Amino acid sequence: MQFKAMVLSNVELSPGYFRMKMTAPQELASSAPGQFLMLKVNDAIDPLLRRPFGLFDVGSFLPEYAGCGAQIYCEILYKVVGKGTKLLSALHHGDLVDLLAPLGRGFDLGPAGEEKVLVGGGVGLAPLYYLAKELKNRGEKVRLFAGGRNRDDILCITEFERLGVETYVATDDGTLGERGFVTQVLEPHLAPGTRIFACGPTPMLNAVAKMAQKSGVPCQVSMEAYMACGVGACLGCVMKGANHTEETPDYRCVCKDGPVFDSFELQWS
Amino acid sequence: MQRPDMSVAIAGIEMRNPVMTASGTFGYGAEFADYLNLESIGAMITKGLSLKPKAGNPTPRIVETSGGMLNAIGLQNVGIDAFIDQKLPYLKNVNTPVIANLYGNTLEEYGEVASRLDGLAGVAGIEVNISCPNVKQGGIVFGTDPRAAQEVVSLVKKNTSKPLIVKLSPNVTDVVVMAKACADAGADALSLINTLTGMAIDLERRRPVLANVTGGLSGPAIKPVALRMVWQVAKAVSLPIIGIGGIMTGRDALEFMLAGATAVQVGTASFLDPSAAQRIAREMEEYLVEHGIASVRSLIGALEV
Repeated sequence: MQFKAMVLSNVELSPGYFRMKMTAPQELASSAPGQFLMLKVNDAIDPLLRRPFGLFDVGSFLPEYAGCGAQIYCEILYKVVGKGTKLLSALHHGDLVDLLAPLGRGFDLGPAGEEKVLVGGGVGLAPLYYLAKELKNRGEKVRLFAGGRNRDDILCITEFERLGVETYVATDDGTLGERGFVTQVLEPHLAPGTRIFACGPTPMLNAVAKMAQKSGVPCQVSMEAYMACGVGACLGCVMKGANHTEETPDYRCVCKDGPVFDSFELQWS
Repeated sequence: MQRPDMSVAIAGIEMRNPVMTASGTFGYGAEFADYLNLESIGAMITKGLSLKPKAGNPTPRIVETSGGMLNAIGLQNVGIDAFIDQKLPYLKNVNTPVIANLYGNTLEEYGEVASRLDGLAGVAGIEVNISCPNVKQGGIVFGTDPRAAQEVVSLVKKNTSKPLIVKLSPNVTDVVVMAKACADAGADALSLINTLTGMAIDLERRRPVLANVTGGLSGPAIKPVALRMVWQVAKAVSLPIIGIGGIMTGRDALEFMLAGATAVQVGTASFLDPSAAQRIAREMEEYLVEHGIASVRSLIGALEV
């Protein structure tokens, strides 16, 4: 659906990373972790296109106005990378943005009783928080493996811990957690009976998908792509499906078929 | 005052208002059904259909530019048979004319796709794409050579009894020459413009952003070029014209009508506002009310120069 949302807060968490909270209609309460929204940062034609963001959190709050009932909110976690996100970072409480949400296919939470393993790189932690919240609501055991170049890339770890998630951290420079790739920290923890949910840079997802396949562990990945429409019409955001060849092409639309895919659905390099 | 008469007709296709959705920007219609009332717009044009399903180009396929976007989708589509089996049944239940956009990899394929659509209930007309800048065959080759265009249009005309719209490319020296060639070959209407060939460069990687290197530029950035071409063609040929290019608002659409267009197509605007086509039709009507104009048709070609 398309709606106007009011910015409730827009806070810089660590250099270049922001967390923005917005009002949302009741319908968003039934969105699934892994789904995303598309946001128009202003009414101008530059930037022209909407920007896609995974849902970091959806919940309800009680506004401070007398007599007001509970109101739904949604949150995004984003990194300032270009013109659109730069403008976004300058929005304040009370500003209005135009949203399409909830869009795409979210995570399949899987059967109860498994150990849920969340793997996130940088801003890829965004959809995993909403997922962790849902999983903990179901009483599941959840572990989070978070990676980044340095400590500034590791976001909202305390929030995950507050949910009761066991967290493991790896940074390239060792400024937080273990030094090295998150996949190295992850590998010893993979065993039958676990299920992976991953979001982050493609090389990280590539490594996680291969590791999952080797260990025989089911793995879902949340992909990122350039998008124009977000509703499966423009076909701008496709990726290669597992059986893609030059002769028998198999493209999957990230916005409509994803952004969450079973790792075996996609072709990894 | 009564509500203004917004209806127009293109080559016998009756539309409740002049706003159509442009091929390649509206999927097969159903994708947008949650965001606007499909029965509030003038007509829908399908994604370009080919004889066999087509995979399209490698990624990245799109990039944003100042006031516009570049795409190199490469005409990915389900193919004519899957369109008829899977997409048309839904569209038949929508009370809005559906125009099938088609293209071929060869001259013969253009004729074959047109003949498969002929006689099909639920398809009000066809739009022939001779202007896609992103594929070697099936597009720009036929759209930049007047003789090749004439051949394609003549052949399609032989294979269809439906109203035939030809979509022109702006990537030519003189669009009027192409327009006349298509008119002479039997086109019932012309739509213009398709995207302008452009490119974007990633300065950090020192590489083109698009995998296809070049792409088609659309969006508000191309509106002045489109308006100029519609105006030139409208003066030179007597066929109805559908104006396309960067239309974001009702006022944009009305400018195209003043320049000589009978109807317009909304493309890129649907990406950033999925309800754009419906909104634009409403804004056009509001303008007519504000100015006491009884019929939108009275604005066609009413530009004073």
